[in-house]
Amino acid sequence: MTTMTAREKAIQESFSLRMDEAELLNCMRCGFCLPSCPTYLETGLDESQSPRGRIALMKAVHDGLIAPDDDVEKSLNLCLGCRACEPVCPAGVKYGHLLEEARDIFNDHNEHSAPVKAVRKTVFEGLFPHQNRMEHAVTLLGIYQRSGLQNATRKLGFMKLFPESMQAMERALPAVPKKRDMKNRPRSFSALAEKTATVAFFSGCLMDTMFLETNNATIKLLQKAGCDIVIPDGQNCCGALHGHSGEKDGAKNLAKRNIDAFEKTNADYIITNAGGCGAFLIDYDHLLKDDPEYADRAKAFTAKMKDITQILFELDFHQRIELKMEPQTITYQDSCHLRNVMNTHIAPRALMNAIDGANYREMENADSCCGSAGIYNIVESDMSMQILDHKMEKAKATEAHTIVTANPGCLLQMKLGIEREGLSDKVRAVHIVDLLLEACGELTH
Amino acid sequence: MISDYIKTKFTAIVGAENVDVSPAGRLVYSYDATPNFQSMPDAVIAPRNTKEVSQIVNVCREEKIPIVPRGSGTNLAAGTVPSEGGIVLLFKHMNQILEIDEENLTVTVQPGVVTLNMINAVEKRGLFYPPDPSSMKISTIGGNINENSGGLRGLKYGVTRDYVMALEAVLPNGDIIRTGGKLAKDVAGYDLTRLLTGSEGTLAVITEATLKLIPMPETKQTMLALYQSMDAAAKSVSEIIAAKIIPATLEFLDRPTLKAVEDFAKIGLPTDVEAVLLIEQDGPAEIVARDMQKIADICTREQAVSVQIAATEAEALALTSARRAALSALARLKPTTILEDATVPRSEIANMVKAINEIAAKHNVTIATFGHAGDGNLHPTCPTDARDHDEMERVEAAFADIFAKAIELGGTITGEHGVGMMKAPYLEWKMGPEGIAIMKAIKQSFDPDNIMNPGKIFAKETRKRLVISQ
Repeated sequence: MTTMTAREKAIQESFSLRMDEAELLNCMRCGFCLPSCPTYLETGLDESQSPRGRIALMKAVHDGLIAPDDDVEKSLNLCLGCRACEPVCPAGVKYGHLLEEARDIFNDHNEHSAPVKAVRKTVFEGLFPHQNRMEHAVTLLGIYQRSGLQNATRKLGFMKLFPESMQAMERALPAVPKKRDMKNRPRSFSALAEKTATVAFFSGCLMDTMFLETNNATIKLLQKAGCDIVIPDGQNCCGALHGHSGEKDGAKNLAKRNIDAFEKTNADYIITNAGGCGAFLIDYDHLLKDDPEYADRAKAFTAKMKDITQILFELDFHQRIELKMEPQTITYQDSCHLRNVMNTHIAPRALMNAIDGANYREMENADSCCGSAGIYNIVESDMSMQILDHKMEKAKATEAHTIVTANPGCLLQMKLGIEREGLSDKVRAVHIVDLLLEACGELTH
Repeated sequence: MISDYIKTKFTAIVGAENVDVSPAGRLVYSYDATPNFQSMPDAVIAPRNTKEVSQIVNVCREEKIPIVPRGSGTNLAAGTVPSEGGIVLLFKHMNQILEIDEENLTVTVQPGVVTLNMINAVEKRGLFYPPDPSSMKISTIGGNINENSGGLRGLKYGVTRDYVMALEAVLPNGDIIRTGGKLAKDVAGYDLTRLLTGSEGTLAVITEATLKLIPMPETKQTMLALYQSMDAAAKSVSEIIAAKIIPATLEFLDRPTLKAVEDFAKIGLPTDVEAVLLIEQDGPAEIVARDMQKIADICTREQAVSVQIAATEAEALALTSARRAALSALARLKPTTILEDATVPRSEIANMVKAINEIAAKHNVTIATFGHAGDGNLHPTCPTDARDHDEMERVEAAFADIFAKAIELGGTITGEHGVGMMKAPYLEWKMGPEGIAIMKAIKQSFDPDNIMNPGKIFAKETRKRLVISQ
């Protein structure tokens, strides 16, 4: 045992105190997770970049066997958090929960540099928890895009000052809606077919600003499927960005406000159209398990969670509505959290296969992460781009004209991949609800 | 810890990027899939070719540094735990399929190839490599050869040993040898290929292998037979073999195993029956159909409550995949999962299963059993908690009884997992002191400095400890 610095000692003590020992022991080290882990494969089978290795590191720190040094932190940081290791784990280890707790401990003891601290504070406290500020921020982006500033910036080569992934990301960002469109949407909608269910729509922070049109499309699809829809006031960001970045307290506050907002609706289901948010929302019961006031309420909340594709599938939307489009080949990139945490992967495929004219071709490794992973593509840019480039090889092999996704992060990453491959004139990336509305004969964007 | 001087020597051979002495880098190679065994290596080294392996071995011999060759670390007998420190040798760079020879029906590979990747590659050419350990999606060929791994198809097709035709290996003195060849017949001298296969990394470092392939069977059918009594299932197994039918796979799972597997796989396995037989036959369509009918008749006659043939290939694959997950699925039940692979002549299966249940009751422990019923290879598995020392002692006593019973029935202490550290204290029960003596003499002549995976196979003391380790 090497000697530890004061900081390492403090982290080690937190690991002993806070990490769930039973869950750490639950990993029996069979290695069944290894082939599912993108970073294990991309690093040429480096065990320290595998779920089994990361759990072993967490346990070793918990047991005081090794110091929580930079290598340990690096290993945890390079994890995408895609949780592909969970459905393949026969022992049922809740890896995501272990990772979140470990990252939270490191974050509690981290002295971020001043600029990083400022950015984190702005993002995690100033921006995402406040829907009106999200609207402002996205409005600014809209002004940037529409005013000609975007063109000017590009001509001046200003973006060359940023990493390559940021440059391509800037090009890949969707045209954002105007502020009045974000503000003026009604809070409830009636079914446009025989009524099947009452649903409450979790409209999300980013989805309801940058991807407003996709949210509007979601509402239309739900109406066609016979749903009465409410969009409760007082809902806010799901907290996933916070939770995955070691800001657990921030995440808990957001979770409580969302539970407050949705409890009042008495809806049959709570619907999301972003796999990343959905997976975090469906985990609220775990996040708040030690909160006496909210533990049971969180369970009731998560029991109602469903992805838009799942509810459409269950309501037989694809059998009842005629879906057709111009002949084209389409393929699908799973949202990791939709697949691995919400266990939703049959429904989106069934819906796409029901579209007349669309030739659905399954992409090899569609169930493996695209490298977007929240803010991973910014903070771990190199690995993210390596994963994306390998992903695009598989996407190109399908010869698809349309790459479909079910989560805003994946959608942006796919757009970025198309940009990087220089395929913008031949291939498009769309959210599945936009594709479905298009197949209903209604153009969205 | 290794000195800077030695580290420099290793670095000169494989480059700095392939030598890791960091605590985190060493920690993740301090274990395999065996519960309660962990020990830090002093360095982790990833050679890029046979020559580098030989140079590393030379340094280790001169400096008396233990060498633990490691594939993917799925070993179940602590065979790849660096119990005496030293270096862990990784084969992540030596992971190529070098040749698929369709005229001689062989495949030549480097040790780091993942088993299933190789199986998929040869199946694309209509060829078949039968050994299919449950970990084949993860394990490497090098690991399979060193452990002489078995699998679900062992009954009809044999184990890894039956498919290794030639090896390249680095001896502890640094020499590079080649054994065997692409030869159906070869009696030139001692059969070193067979000696190295299953030697658990204690004699040499295997750096290349040529494996036998056979033509892909034309068709395959999968059947599930359900029973309300373990005896009836075991009796069916004996009757099937007695009827001169050799199925490709003949697996059984008891009720606790079924429940754990279904909790994980959620494919609709029955959890209200006492035992299940999973049976596969492959070959020409008409023969498969005939065999499956005969097997179904036998199962029904022996009181199976239901006999069903999988309707689709996907359904069949779901069943066999679920079976492969049995061990890890049992890990859901308790924090620690102790597994053994006592093996008996297949005619004794019913007796052995009965004995295991009696032994579990006697020692007041829970033992779930699944395994390769057709070849007598059982996997009694005990969900327990390493922190409960009283229970762990009872578990140890129960497994000692199971080994004793297996040997009494003409069986062995390990059918396919290897001796490693976990079963070393029991090896003498099977081999006798004379058997141990000649094995030690072989080890001594290969590896006089005892640098190759020391502490494995040979116990310091017989029958001392089994599952409890420091």
